[in-house]
Amino acid sequence: MKKVLAIVLAMMLALSAAALAETVKIGVYEPASGDSGAGGKQEMLGMQYANQETPTVEIGGTTYDVELVYADNGSSTDKAPSAAQQLVSEGVSVVLGSYGSGVSIAGSQYFADANIPAIGVTCTNPQVTAGNSHYFRICFLDPFQGTVLANYAAQQGAKTAYCLGELGNDYDQGLLTYFKQAFEGLGGTAIVESFPTNTADFTSYLTNATAYNADVFFCPVSIAYSTQIIQQAASQNVSFPILGGDTLDSNVVANAAKGTNVQVIITTFYQEGATPTFDEGFKAWLNANSEALTNNGGNDMISAVSAMGYDAYYTALEALKAAGSTDSAAVMAALPGVTLTGVSGAIAFDATGDAIRDAAFVKKINNETGDWEFVAEQQVEG
Amino acid sequence: MWSTVFPYLLSGISVGGQYALIAIGYTMVYGILRLINFAHGDVFMVAGILMVYMAASGVPLWLCLPLVLVLTAVIGFVIERVAYKPLRAAPRMSVMISAIGVSYTLQNLVLYITGGLNQIYPTIPWISDNVTILGASTKMVTIITPILTLVLVVALVWLINHTKIGMAMRAVSRDFETSQLMGIKINRVISTTFVIGTFLAGVASVLYFTNYTTVIQTSGAMPGLKAFVAAVFGGIGSIPGAVVGAFIIGIAENLIKGLDIILFKAGLIPGPMGLATFSDAFTFALLIIILAVKPTGLFGEKITDKV
Amino acid sequence: MSNSLQKKKVDSATIISAVIVLALYALVFVAEQIIPPTSMLFTVLKKGATYALVAVSMNLLNGFTGIFSLGQAGFMLVGAYVYGIFTIPIVSRMDVYQYYNGGLVQFTLPVFIAMLLSGLAAALLALLIGLPVLRLKSDYLAIATLGFAEIIRALFQWDKLGPITNGSNMLRLFPTFNDFNIRAADGHVTVYLSTLVPLLIAGVCIGVIILLINSTFGRALRAIKDDEIAAEAMGIRLASHKRLAFCISSFFAGVGGAMLAMYQTTVQAKSFTTAMTYEILLIVVIGGIGSVTGSCLSSFLFVACSEWWLRFLDQKQVIGDFEVPLLRNGFRLVVFSIIIMIVVLFFRRGIMGTNELPDVIRKLQGKGRSSKKGGQGK
Repeated sequence: MKKVLAIVLAMMLALSAAALAETVKIGVYEPASGDSGAGGKQEMLGMQYANQETPTVEIGGTTYDVELVYADNGSSTDKAPSAAQQLVSEGVSVVLGSYGSGVSIAGSQYFADANIPAIGVTCTNPQVTAGNSHYFRICFLDPFQGTVLANYAAQQGAKTAYCLGELGNDYDQGLLTYFKQAFEGLGGTAIVESFPTNTADFTSYLTNATAYNADVFFCPVSIAYSTQIIQQAASQNVSFPILGGDTLDSNVVANAAKGTNVQVIITTFYQEGATPTFDEGFKAWLNANSEALTNNGGNDMISAVSAMGYDAYYTALEALKAAGSTDSAAVMAALPGVTLTGVSGAIAFDATGDAIRDAAFVKKINNETGDWEFVAEQQVEG
Repeated sequence: MWSTVFPYLLSGISVGGQYALIAIGYTMVYGILRLINFAHGDVFMVAGILMVYMAASGVPLWLCLPLVLVLTAVIGFVIERVAYKPLRAAPRMSVMISAIGVSYTLQNLVLYITGGLNQIYPTIPWISDNVTILGASTKMVTIITPILTLVLVVALVWLINHTKIGMAMRAVSRDFETSQLMGIKINRVISTTFVIGTFLAGVASVLYFTNYTTVIQTSGAMPGLKAFVAAVFGGIGSIPGAVVGAFIIGIAENLIKGLDIILFKAGLIPGPMGLATFSDAFTFALLIIILAVKPTGLFGEKITDKV
Repeated sequence: MSNSLQKKKVDSATIISAVIVLALYALVFVAEQIIPPTSMLFTVLKKGATYALVAVSMNLLNGFTGIFSLGQAGFMLVGAYVYGIFTIPIVSRMDVYQYYNGGLVQFTLPVFIAMLLSGLAAALLALLIGLPVLRLKSDYLAIATLGFAEIIRALFQWDKLGPITNGSNMLRLFPTFNDFNIRAADGHVTVYLSTLVPLLIAGVCIGVIILLINSTFGRALRAIKDDEIAAEAMGIRLASHKRLAFCISSFFAGVGGAMLAMYQTTVQAKSFTTAMTYEILLIVVIGGIGSVTGSCLSSFLFVACSEWWLRFLDQKQVIGDFEVPLLRNGFRLVVFSIIIMIVVLFFRRGIMGTNELPDVIRKLQGKGRSSKKGGQGK
């Protein structure tokens, strides 16, 4: 693998200098560091696996090598512009990403100005695609996810929900708003609070939840914060379950809850076992590649974001084929018509550029084994 | 009312004790060098990272603990020798800039080594165990922290008041030049101060990260700043002042986080106000108030201008 | 120091400097029409211009007045928000203020008026903050201004101010640098100005600062820096001079904040951290505390290195069969830190010391005066 990579890289260097190669560049706009770094890396794994599975694409009768160009947006909106600029200056045909809605919104204008389409992988905030023609996405949206979670909480008999998000994180704040709307629409009470970035001490927020007599603690936060919350909840011996969004779907979070008695329930995009061929191939690839395994948190559990990254890569390839050109404007024009059946389900775009999806998986952590367990597949009518 | 407030006090005392241990390092260095050691919070963070990597490399935990503390002290020593000592004769602004540079360097080094990902702190047996105190469940470390802090402070105060090196420290902090003329080896005194300060920051890091188990390159920034505020609040240069200041800040910060519910239950506000947003800002508001009202802090000595 | 000692008469070195600056502007204008707009060069110039303005404004305090303030990020935040709040088009307000029903402010101001307002808002805030803070001594002042920046950040994130500030959510969709481009009716760009205009704005602002520095007021500030007590004895009113310097510096930091908003295309309180202040301080140090030219040069160098030239350090590089060791994400910043530490420890005068461009030219002309050896040492 290393050798292959070395050769590819050597070729890249030689080729980019001479610019005579048949290479199409796909930008990977993902966080490799910061609070969402762990999630971003897992999302990238899906793309990398897809890339080594299908390293070439036929565009307009010519076979092109697909080159993934990485830019680390650092999980933060102030580092996002330079990462986006970097991809733009590299001349990518299409951008994949990002994990996290805030960075997607922060980078959006740069892609728009350069006429480069972007395919959001797991950024669920409606604002990513609303009001623009260059941003697309293959995942469900927060109004949907918030409603699913609120329904689930209400079904479990919850009357009061304590909701906690990070200040200035568009993903957290968006999901909190939609959850609150839906939950209060069902007759419950939702208390929303936010913590400043880089908070480590969540004990007082957990105390707040207890003081409000919360039946459920909703915290759709980054992986880094959710592991802290779970561990501190364990030491406070809290009685309420913790409810989360798709960000919590990671083996890192599952490991944090392992051996404790904190219940963690989330909604997500993909459940291991839905597409066995993908599961087997991906696991085999992970286990054969130590760096990939490390990036996946040390074991071969499949995160939903990896499956989504995999699907995003193939969506990009379909768009390139349909465009018949590596020109980014042509790819943008072709994207609305792209349809495919990915491992996470059928993908097609609506008028806003959002994927038409109506199902989310509800999963929970098995506290003994530290695995995710399937609970239900939820749909919202309308 | 009491049962509402008690858990916040408990969290506050615990985190206050950890701030106190960091604040001592600030206050001692400031007392002697008149330098805000901006890198101190980052040394605290590096101690956490050292522990993570050492435990991951298979060193048994009982060996890790002393090793981390010693290594942290060594780092403190090296930083002083490399980044502050050459600037002894330079204006104070230069030294402060150097401190900011060291802070920037440490953060970036850790970012490079960890790849910018959160590192999970190893679980240290016994102090990580759960206990229930007056109906509130928490980790053992919450109770140990204030006790350990007080023990260390008493030991430190004894060291300063009753040993030769302590006397030298007091002399140097009173008058740099004169004590040099009296034959005190300034550099040795300053190094000792740094070693003690960073050692305590190392202890604080073990306690802090056992409670809040994630370490990342920015983990030290906020606790560092807050500890510094605590040192100013208590009167910079005064060790008991730093400790009192740290406990006040730790408790106040946690009460702010719960202020909505406390006020709500007391019937003072109609609904949540989102006051938890100000949990960090309040610390700085406190700082500015004390600086405006009593610039020398609660226990500080009067400083006269030197022309 | 040297400038104030020069005769009032405009000498040839000043003229040559002006010509060089104008030539650079012309060059940028031409480059912008020829080179594709996606080139990193323009990113660097835009961001560099922004940082240059902020760095010079910080230098005015730290270098010329001797007030060690660490509140720059806070004033930039205010500037950026004021700009954003007043320039988001009405039609986009529902999208931006999605959780606050479109927000309270329901009108827009022209870009340049909004920028002016950004500066004024920051200056007003500085006036208020200055009352308690400016009485403090060096490091207490530093920590107090830093604290104020943190308080401002929290305030702008407060949910209850959401209808104005959009809470902790992003402000976006306001006019950016790219809107300075002149477009034909079909949306095609005919004249590229998106780099030249920010450079001009920064240039004008820095020009004003230079005039200030060379005025009687500027000389008074330098007297304060050299010795407060002596300056007071000479009849300089300390408090009012310091306050004015603080407000002026904050004004330009506010304008710089507005420019940063335009560069980043989004504004969010979260990103205006102390780390940002430190970064600007380090730029000032590298350029030379007390040199406007130095601050400008080092801003562009700093931005170019971090965004462009040193990017390769963050990626694996293979030369032939040899994979260069150490290179991976984050290495660039390590190299950066080491360079900064070397400058701080061994080249404390930075790139320029206290010299300005005309001084350098005079030196080249062989007419350099001996006054440059003084350095910034106190």
